[in-house]
Amino acid sequence: MLRLLYFAWLRERVGHSEEEVVLPSSVRTVGELMRWLAARDTVHGAAFAKPGLIRAAVNQEFAGPETELSDGDEVAFFPPVTGG
Amino acid sequence: MAYVAVQEADFEPGAEIARLTEQAGGAGGIGCFIGVVRGEVGNRAITAMTLEHYPGMTERAVRVIAEEAERRWDPCWVRVVHRVGRLTPGEHIVLVLAAAPHREPALAATGFLIDWLKTKAPFWKKEHFADGSTAWVEARAEDAKAAARWG
Repeated sequence: MLRLLYFAWLRERVGHSEEEVVLPSSVRTVGELMRWLAARDTVHGAAFAKPGLIRAAVNQEFAGPETELSDGDEVAFFPPVTGG
Repeated sequence: MAYVAVQEADFEPGAEIARLTEQAGGAGGIGCFIGVVRGEVGNRAITAMTLEHYPGMTERAVRVIAEEAERRWDPCWVRVVHRVGRLTPGEHIVLVLAAAPHREPALAATGFLIDWLKTKAPFWKKEHFADGSTAWVEARAEDAKAAARWG
């Protein structure tokens, strides 16, 4: 089980700020999770249509597409940051 | 040790400078940057800006950046206050203070802090326009370039 969090326009497009998912064993990395989510339904498909515009964090650390996932991880997806 | 805060409440720059001055005994200069909500973008009037963050990760990321500045310009004392929530034009967004023995490290640390905060801390800005529409601010290539100067 993974806890997924969404921020900014990704949260608006997915329609909620968090959800829990059980991954198939074939999904082992952040990049694979993004592709799996995009294929899950039309809402996620639209939200993840441009993966190049999406950044990720695993357990509150920035993470690239090759980052491996473990059961219980908190994975966040969001656009590039714009603070300051 | 760096002081960092992520909060909805406003900050009072004079009071923050006084606290840093007290903490940074022996410092000869304090660099300061204050980000403020603009009244317009392009030619479009803005009524408000909402700042979203990632509770937990944001505080940690800001602390990592503040401690990196203190390490690079040692001795250096840093104070960062970043606001979240709904802000209106003219309101403060962020305060960056860096105290050091001389002006060069104080100003350099201040520049480093704001450049990295813009590109390495999870905050997202949404602009609310006078006509009722809204838009998420897009990350700017110039900001990434400014942050890259510091390695």
